[in-house]
Amino acid sequence: MKRARPRLVKTGYDGPVMAMLEVEIWRGEGGGGAWRRYAVPHEANQTVLDVVTHVQRHIDPSLAYRFACRVGMCGSCAMTVNGRPRWTCRTHVSQAARKGRVRIGPLRNLPVIRDLAVDMAPFFEKWRDAGARFVPSGEPPEEPVRPDEPERRAADAGIECINCAVCYAACDSVAWNPDYPGPAVLNRLWTLANDRRDGDRDGHLDAAGAGCHLCRSHQECADACPTGLNPTAAIAGLKREVFRRALGGRTREGRQ
Amino acid sequence: MRRGPWWAFLLHRLSGVALAVFLPVHFLVLGLAVERAALDRVLDWTDNPWVKLAEAGLVVLLALHLTGGLRVLLLEFGRWSDRQQSRIAVAGGLALLAGFGFLAAAFA
Repeated sequence: MKRARPRLVKTGYDGPVMAMLEVEIWRGEGGGGAWRRYAVPHEANQTVLDVVTHVQRHIDPSLAYRFACRVGMCGSCAMTVNGRPRWTCRTHVSQAARKGRVRIGPLRNLPVIRDLAVDMAPFFEKWRDAGARFVPSGEPPEEPVRPDEPERRAADAGIECINCAVCYAACDSVAWNPDYPGPAVLNRLWTLANDRRDGDRDGHLDAAGAGCHLCRSHQECADACPTGLNPTAAIAGLKREVFRRALGGRTREGRQ
Repeated sequence: MRRGPWWAFLLHRLSGVALAVFLPVHFLVLGLAVERAALDRVLDWTDNPWVKLAEAGLVVLLALHLTGGLRVLLLEFGRWSDRQQSRIAVAGGLALLAGFGFLAAAFA
């Protein structure tokens, strides 16, 4: 294991360099690998993504990781930081570090391609297989959709998902059962089921049918979600609605 | 560090497994009731304070599984509430209360 020598670098930040961070980063391809240590200067307002970028630009250019927007929009920079899945671009080192130490690994529950980059395909394949996308009904709703109506509010509650897979990595049910669609997919199905403009409510609820009952309500997804969504609450809604339909109940208040 | 809902899940699962393991023993003792002397021997044995203590543990398991199950039903069939931690605290508190109540009655 090669220990990187700490060194000061030009960063564009004019303030004093306060301290060095002890950074451990997972290095390896596929299933194998090891933690490797790096010393990175700690700066004010430094994010975990800044730390990873520092290592890649100034210490070891072979480090593989993924990011794009750096402002919490794209959902591509999620990693495991000191044991918790997080969006690294919006996670300050000061929040995540413990005694000046940061351990950065790839997301859980997804195959590692190399270092910090995981293969997101299984995550999106589940999304696709569940048909968790808007289906146009082909005709405008009979009455206008009001922003404050209960169904719209229920849909809006889960709409800000950025597909970062942080919830997927946080979820034990995903780890235990490879067939479980995961919090993000079910959250999406619930927003669609509440969207009056969507043309396939029954299809979405059918897709959630068996899967949603595998949720054990640990609420790890809700704790971890960077945009503050609560997939557990959405899944509870799905469980209720799927059960009501199984009993032959009406599918939605005021509508068949 | 795991949070409340995860521990609630774990305790509910473990109490369920423990109760399932206990159930055959319970039926075995009930089966002894046809033979008076054998049942009396078991009942005498249960007067031992250590056995009473173990029974209190059983009561806690049973109460934990009951209140935990009600919590899950409420979570899955009721309106969502953000006060899940409070509900878990209530469920656990009631179960412990049942255990202490049993002990108080047993040693009163």
